[in-house]
Amino acid sequence: MKVGIPRECAAGERRVAATPESVTKLQKKLGFEVMIEKGAGESAAFPDAAYEAVGAEVVDDVWGADIVLKVNPVQGDEIEKLDAGQVLISLVSPAENTELIEALAARKVTLIALDQIPRISRAQKMDVLSSMANIAGYRAIVEAAQNYGGFFGMQMTAAGKTPPARVLVIGAGVAGLAAIAAARSMGADVRAFDTRPAVKDQVKSLGGKFLELEFEESGDGGGGYAKVMSKEFIDAEMALFREQAKEIDIVVTTALIPGRKAPILWTADMVETMKPGGVVVDLAARNGGNCELTEPGEVVKAHGVTLIGHTDMTSRLPTVASKFFSQNLVHLLDDMGGAMNWRVDLEDEVVRGAIVLNEGELLWPPPKREPPPPPPKVEEPEPVVVAEAAAVAEPKEDSGAGTIGAMLVAAVLFGLVGAYAPREFVQHFTVFMLACFIGWQVVWNVAHALHTPLMSVTNAISGIIIVGGILQASSGETNTAAILGAIAILVATINIAGGFLVTQRMLAMFRR
Amino acid sequence: MESSVLTVAYLAAGILFILSLGGLATQQTARRGNAFGVIGMIIAIGATLFHPRVEAFALTGGAVVLGSVIGAALAARVAMTAMPQLVAMLHSFVGLAAVLVGISTYLEPGKDLVGAEHIVHQLEIWLDVAIGAVTFTGSIIAWAKLRGSLSGKPLLLPGRHLLNLGVVLAIFALAVPFAPLHAPHGMAYLLTMTVLACLLGVHLVMAIGGADMPVVVSLLNSYSGWAAAAAGFMLGNDLLIITGALVGSSGAILSYIMCKAMNRSIWNVVFGGFGATPAKAPSGEPAAPQGEVSPIEVDELAEALEDAESIVIVPGYGMAVARAQNAVQDFTRLCQEQGKTVRFAIHPVAGRLPGHMNVLLAEAGVSYECVLEMDEINDDFSDTDIVLVIGANDICNPGAETDTSSAIYGMPVLKVWEATTTVVLKRGMGSGYAGVQNPLFFHDNNRMYFGDARATMEALVTALRGKKAA
Repeated sequence: MKVGIPRECAAGERRVAATPESVTKLQKKLGFEVMIEKGAGESAAFPDAAYEAVGAEVVDDVWGADIVLKVNPVQGDEIEKLDAGQVLISLVSPAENTELIEALAARKVTLIALDQIPRISRAQKMDVLSSMANIAGYRAIVEAAQNYGGFFGMQMTAAGKTPPARVLVIGAGVAGLAAIAAARSMGADVRAFDTRPAVKDQVKSLGGKFLELEFEESGDGGGGYAKVMSKEFIDAEMALFREQAKEIDIVVTTALIPGRKAPILWTADMVETMKPGGVVVDLAARNGGNCELTEPGEVVKAHGVTLIGHTDMTSRLPTVASKFFSQNLVHLLDDMGGAMNWRVDLEDEVVRGAIVLNEGELLWPPPKREPPPPPPKVEEPEPVVVAEAAAVAEPKEDSGAGTIGAMLVAAVLFGLVGAYAPREFVQHFTVFMLACFIGWQVVWNVAHALHTPLMSVTNAISGIIIVGGILQASSGETNTAAILGAIAILVATINIAGGFLVTQRMLAMFRR
Repeated sequence: MESSVLTVAYLAAGILFILSLGGLATQQTARRGNAFGVIGMIIAIGATLFHPRVEAFALTGGAVVLGSVIGAALAARVAMTAMPQLVAMLHSFVGLAAVLVGISTYLEPGKDLVGAEHIVHQLEIWLDVAIGAVTFTGSIIAWAKLRGSLSGKPLLLPGRHLLNLGVVLAIFALAVPFAPLHAPHGMAYLLTMTVLACLLGVHLVMAIGGADMPVVVSLLNSYSGWAAAAAGFMLGNDLLIITGALVGSSGAILSYIMCKAMNRSIWNVVFGGFGATPAKAPSGEPAAPQGEVSPIEVDELAEALEDAESIVIVPGYGMAVARAQNAVQDFTRLCQEQGKTVRFAIHPVAGRLPGHMNVLLAEAGVSYECVLEMDEINDDFSDTDIVLVIGANDICNPGAETDTSSAIYGMPVLKVWEATTTVVLKRGMGSGYAGVQNPLFFHDNNRMYFGDARATMEALVTALRGKKAA
């Protein structure tokens, strides 16, 4: 089977759907023959010679191939070049491109939309949206740095010091997280906001601060996207942003909800509040932008703030974007059987989700799958109570019968002591039992690493038996008793001195 | 001094002792904890000297000075590898003191007690001397075994359980003629019992194998506490009771932790069920894994370590015996300078004393923050490039999880085999204290680096330095 890779003709597009590396895999591993249009990889720094070197056919026209791999949707006269039985795999955005789909349906083409691949674990390796979002997030920070008049990291030099740049990332999806990581690695002070509290840990793990609202509403809309939030929530969110706008130098907005116009999150007055020299990077520019003043595709200035509305962020990193994109395609073709077992399998969840046309038959949108039942909500136990309970409970599990038995035995013993023992003994017994329990509680808290010092300290304090020795040494009347007492003092003192000193010696060794 | 002032002083000392143990919860507060202990002891002794009946100041002072000098000399000179011996010796002193104070109390004509009070007092003496004597001789045997003066092999007399039981019953029985008022030959009974208890202590510890010494030492620690508590009952002294109870429960907890870490019951350890297992082995010997071990030389290991990002070191008693901890620390520092992650995984029963490995590593200068407990690190082995097992065996035996016929089956172990590569530093192919062969040595991703741990680690450090210089 032949795979064809045409040159992208969309304005400003610098990516290509195959790299020499992916061509090698398509041929060697999956058994396809690959032909590539002249100059297709040029703008992504893959010259024709590199493709030839790995055995691809470099030709003028690739549209006769069985499978055509593309980045952008076909347009203009490209549509005419496709015929019945051919498979086209590219980004499609079927909801917005109905005319294109009708045209391709008329030509009985099979069309697979990479942007419709379901966001399930198995399909992650084919998910171009994620791989491209990662690149866009990184590039957003690079663009911001380009247009920002200061350092990202804090610097203290002989010529003066500068505080770190303050970066706010709105939306901590793949792009947002990539932006956080990039900004952090340049030393900026990064904070992030997302409607889904679940991403808090991810933000923190990258070194960002997670901004939170005093508001109970999860924005998880399934499939890794956020859903549309209630009005009250949005009001609270806006108030938070207005507060942030006063001190922020750079804002990166990444909020996109599939198939909708991007929500306005950064209003004109927020831009006005920002310090002059600030930068707003709007990664949702293609869908209208999250910032009210963004002009898609343009870089503009308003109130002294630079607004970056590039719609081709990923194309601005063409080499790595092509590499990831083509790798996603290799995985998809592998999943569909490679050249040997090629099959458009509608039972396959990934294919069913992504397919738009099957030999001209419209299959999009796919039937709604029953969403997997949400994981049962685990009531968060009150942690304080649990911690206390754990500390009090003995750290071993006892069967109920054993506990009851032990309690009965204890009750009988206590009864006997109470009934027959002299009063003085009972008093000492009380002290003894309480001390046992205190010891039990205290010693469980001792760090494992300090068990040897614990033993030597207990050695030292058990030398307290010296008190008995001192009393006996002065019993006077019987010489033997006094001598025995003196010997007891001697050995107990060895314990006290030896125990404390050796503990001190050991503890002095422990250091960070 | 007023007796209530004395009581309050004792109370203060008791609280300081509790704070002292509490201070050991973290490294940051541990030194303060030790200081609390010292202050408590000074208060207790000082207050006792003001007790109205204390007159023999010269005798007391002389004994204290001499004891302090001896104790300080011991503490200053002991090597950290010899800590278990020192601890065992100090236990024996507590036991001895308890015996002496007990007999001395009996000799003293003392209070005119009658009826139940007298009997209780006699029994308190009896108990104090009995526990003290068992602690005394048991600790001496433990000391000798740890020191190597006695073989670590368990001495298994025929019918030893009956023997123990008989002695214990005899100790109880002798109390009957001893307890009543004006009983004749009281001293003879007391001394006979003391001898019996001493023999019991010897026999109990003789029967326990070398691998179980950490448990025995903790157990004796506990006994020494109970002996002090019994002395407190005898003398009607609450401070002794409190302190004894603290020490007693501390030792009990340590023994419990140790047993848990070996998946065994305390009875099993005390009555030597484990030391006897080699006798079980001939029944088919199913656990002996066969196969090739693949040795590794220093240069190859150095190269492998160059590429490793994350390294975990599992030290065992073998590291202490070879005194390799300083070489290990040099190695650690070298790797950390190159930006690698180096951590230590400590099994609860590594070494001959609870926490022994931590002390040895601390002495060598390893930061305690990279020394982790089994539970903290067991999940991380799968992300580790190289695990160096230095002089340890049973604590990283995969057979404990898989081989139901293994003597250590069910014991929690360090899952080193989940790492990409393990390297075992060992002198030879001998088995560990448990006498169990370790299938880890035959794993595909395991290499053996034979030799004395100190010599091999030093060679490794030299090789790595050479690479760095090149």
